[in-house]
Amino acid sequence: MTDNAVQFELVSPEKLLLSEDVEMVVVPGAEGDFGCLPGHAPMISTVRPGVIHVFEGGSVKTRIFVAGGFAEVTTSRCTVLAEEAVPLDEIDRTSVEKDLQDANEDIRDAGGNEVQLALAEARVATARAKLAAIDNLVYQ
Amino acid sequence: MASLKDFRVRIASVKSTQRITSAMKMVAAAKLRRAQEEAIAARPYSEGMERMLGSLAESAAASGNAPPLLAGNGKDDTHLIVIMTTDRGLCGGFNGAIGRWTRQRILSLKAEGKEVKLLIVGRKGRGILRAEFGDMIIDTLEDTARPAPRFETAAEIAQRVRTMFETGKFDVCTIVYNKFISALTQDVTPQQLIPFALPETDEAKDDDNEVKGNAAYEYEPNEKDILTDLLPRNLSVQIFRAMLESFASEQGARMTAMDSATRNAGEMIDRLTIEYNRTRQAAITTELIEIISGAEAL
Repeated sequence: MTDNAVQFELVSPEKLLLSEDVEMVVVPGAEGDFGCLPGHAPMISTVRPGVIHVFEGGSVKTRIFVAGGFAEVTTSRCTVLAEEAVPLDEIDRTSVEKDLQDANEDIRDAGGNEVQLALAEARVATARAKLAAIDNLVYQ
Repeated sequence: MASLKDFRVRIASVKSTQRITSAMKMVAAAKLRRAQEEAIAARPYSEGMERMLGSLAESAAASGNAPPLLAGNGKDDTHLIVIMTTDRGLCGGFNGAIGRWTRQRILSLKAEGKEVKLLIVGRKGRGILRAEFGDMIIDTLEDTARPAPRFETAAEIAQRVRTMFETGKFDVCTIVYNKFISALTQDVTPQQLIPFALPETDEAKDDDNEVKGNAAYEYEPNEKDILTDLLPRNLSVQIFRAMLESFASEQGARMTAMDSATRNAGEMIDRLTIEYNRTRQAAITTELIEIISGAEAL
């Protein structure tokens, strides 16, 4: 690892999705986006549904949508434990809209079942965040 | 004495059983390899989570505002046991071992005057425990690992357990599963989920040292809010891990059981074949004697 790189790891419950040395990553933290450069102060933060930007050579190299999770930052490392992670350009708008509709129907059908209700609400939030991420591309 | 035809029928029947057991062994071996890979692939996540949880739990305990999922609700009256068993049999002592542990645990909790509730994952566990503890079983979840354990399933179970905890249906939750040691050995492992106890492994201690060496973390938004998010998540992860371990163990146990069944069938075929040949020769000898004595009489 070189001195001017952050070791970025993206992990889902099933497997390690990505592990590479990058110049900078911008993570959508619960209290706003934060960038991780080498030498960042150690920090643990919750991640809101949004887009992780990986920067290389001063511009965005990859955009990855995450449906929330947690980030652990140390001086040389940035580990994101994501609940669901998809590259932004692989998200298909129509299927997300369909998902949103399905989840909304589930909420109506859930009735008194708290478990179903909570799961469906989480799906609605994720689908909304996906749509917002597709519509508003930030950073270049 | 059995006739030659009886022997032929029995040999054919044992042979077809052997074909089935050896096919099941091959299938289990293939599934085992995949299950092991999946269990290893899931490790970075749970390790990362334990690392964060370790440092968070320490500072939350110091400030004394740990959420109930971590600190418990102060009571110890009702115990929920989540039991990981299989949907199908023919896997040796796999389910029996879990059943025995659970039975002892229930009896010792009962002796202390606690109430016990059971949430069973897998059809077989229900069969084992229904007769004796049928009234404690809340529900049985079936087909949770078909074709392989999925995180969504674990999250659903976790959500359910959490809802029950929050509505005061139980105070302490333990999960018990077969930990995968090798294809030959599984270990019945209980783990307390609520209040969550960090497993006391050497790894965890190493990580703790690393955290301390790295100086304290900053928390955003703050310890309490992160813990409120992290703990339910951790519950799903722990259940998912138990599912993966249990699934890999099941395949290992089935492979071993089917391997010895195949071997036993082979031994039985050998024995039957020898006896078949002996009987056949005896019949021939008898016939010869009859012919010879017939010829002599003339």
